[in-house]
Amino acid sequence: MIKIKNITKSFSGKSVIKGISGEFDKGKTNLIIGSSGTGKSVLLKCIVGLISPDAGNVFYDLRNFTEADKDVKSEIRREIGMLFQGGALFDSKSVEKNVMFPLDVLTTMSYEQKLERVNFCLQRVGLENVNKKMPSEISGGMKKRVGIARAIVNNPNYLFCDEPNSGLDPQTSIVIDDLIGEITHEFNITTVVVTHDMNSVMGIGEKIMFLYKGDKLWEGSSAEIMHSGVKELDDFVFSNKVMQSLRSQS
Amino acid sequence: MKGFGQYVIFLGTLLVRRESFKTYYSLVVEESLQIGVKSATLFALVATFIGAVTTVQTAYNMITPFIPKYIIANVVREMVVLELAPTIMAIIFAGKIGSSMAGGLGTMRITEQVDALEVMGINSASYLVLPKIIASLIMYPLLVIVAGICALLGGYLVGKIGGFISGEDFILGLRFSFDSYSITFALIKAFAFAFLISSISSFKGYYTQGGALEVGQATTAAVTSSIISVLVADYLLAQLLYVR
Repeated sequence: MIKIKNITKSFSGKSVIKGISGEFDKGKTNLIIGSSGTGKSVLLKCIVGLISPDAGNVFYDLRNFTEADKDVKSEIRREIGMLFQGGALFDSKSVEKNVMFPLDVLTTMSYEQKLERVNFCLQRVGLENVNKKMPSEISGGMKKRVGIARAIVNNPNYLFCDEPNSGLDPQTSIVIDDLIGEITHEFNITTVVVTHDMNSVMGIGEKIMFLYKGDKLWEGSSAEIMHSGVKELDDFVFSNKVMQSLRSQS
Repeated sequence: MKGFGQYVIFLGTLLVRRESFKTYYSLVVEESLQIGVKSATLFALVATFIGAVTTVQTAYNMITPFIPKYIIANVVREMVVLELAPTIMAIIFAGKIGSSMAGGLGTMRITEQVDALEVMGINSASYLVLPKIIASLIMYPLLVIVAGICALLGGYLVGKIGGFISGEDFILGLRFSFDSYSITFALIKAFAFAFLISSISSFKGYYTQGGALEVGQATTAAVTSSIISVLVADYLLAQLLYVR
């Protein structure tokens, strides 16, 4: 479980995150949603430690990450897997080397053991016979899958996904969403996904946090989101015609 | 001053939370191949022509019969060993390797590859930059030696083929009043320039923010800053190292 307490962040005097608190449950797909520019990605980066919050604390299973020393931070980070918006695959390394990278640096496994684990992860995300391909030779959807394989290769306890569907067609988006949901349950990981895609919200959102202008306005499940009674959330959820027709039908 | 302070802090971060020796060893070998092998041809070519031109220019300007011909080679040797091989090659090194370092790191930064390393608990600065600096410190002095040899060879060939100086006189000039301290001096400069170029270029690339435009700007800034720092260091080292 990850707990955040009163996270605050400003850039050049402009407040981007305004004292957000909450919990992300283990074995669940936890979503942080909101329109562009509401601070979702900044909050995620504060949680994983890529940005230092101005105030507040992040707890990974009761371990205070924000105030931990570098060694403890490093230890916690080794339990984290992250899927970045653009995949963030290393251009100079093949798919196999990309997925193997965390094992190379963080473990003392033999090459055979590492290769077995890499092949298992690639198979798990539905990729076969791509080991020797370079990132420039595969599609956007495949890059995301490789990114997921790299994120889970070291058996993480926490998985973070920053806009996993950005730049993907609707069909591939569903495949990626399903994959994230399945992996979360299969490996009992605490997963946090930042998204503004309503298909993801309805598809895999088990616990949802809605951000609006740096504030947490609402928290609940995908079943509750249709009847939140929060105007800003309704505007966000029912901004497209499909959702509007769903509402009128219900 | 703020930029210089950031640069010093950046150098400090290279030495904390390092990975295993094995990890660095393979990275240094990889970088050394990138830096050394891929630059050797360019260095040899440029140095050969610089040596040839220096010989021709020196010969044209020594018109008095009171100065023996071998002095041409003597002048060429001093210029090549003390300035042309370490300093002019440093400018080429900054243009080829420095820009590549800044561009590569800048691209890694804007495509979140640096963030990916950090999330894994790896000190990205140390992992990405330290091997580049170590590889530069190993390879640049070697490249300077190659450049020096090629420049003298170019001078020898042009002197002989162009009829400016005979082969015997050229060899005599190279050996005349030779002080091995010049080689030491050139190598000290090579180490200093290698460090400056690799660290400044990496610094500029590592802290790139924005998109493709900013990567281009960082690359330009890396080359410009590296060249200026090399020229300043060249002057300071000349002042320091000649006080014997």
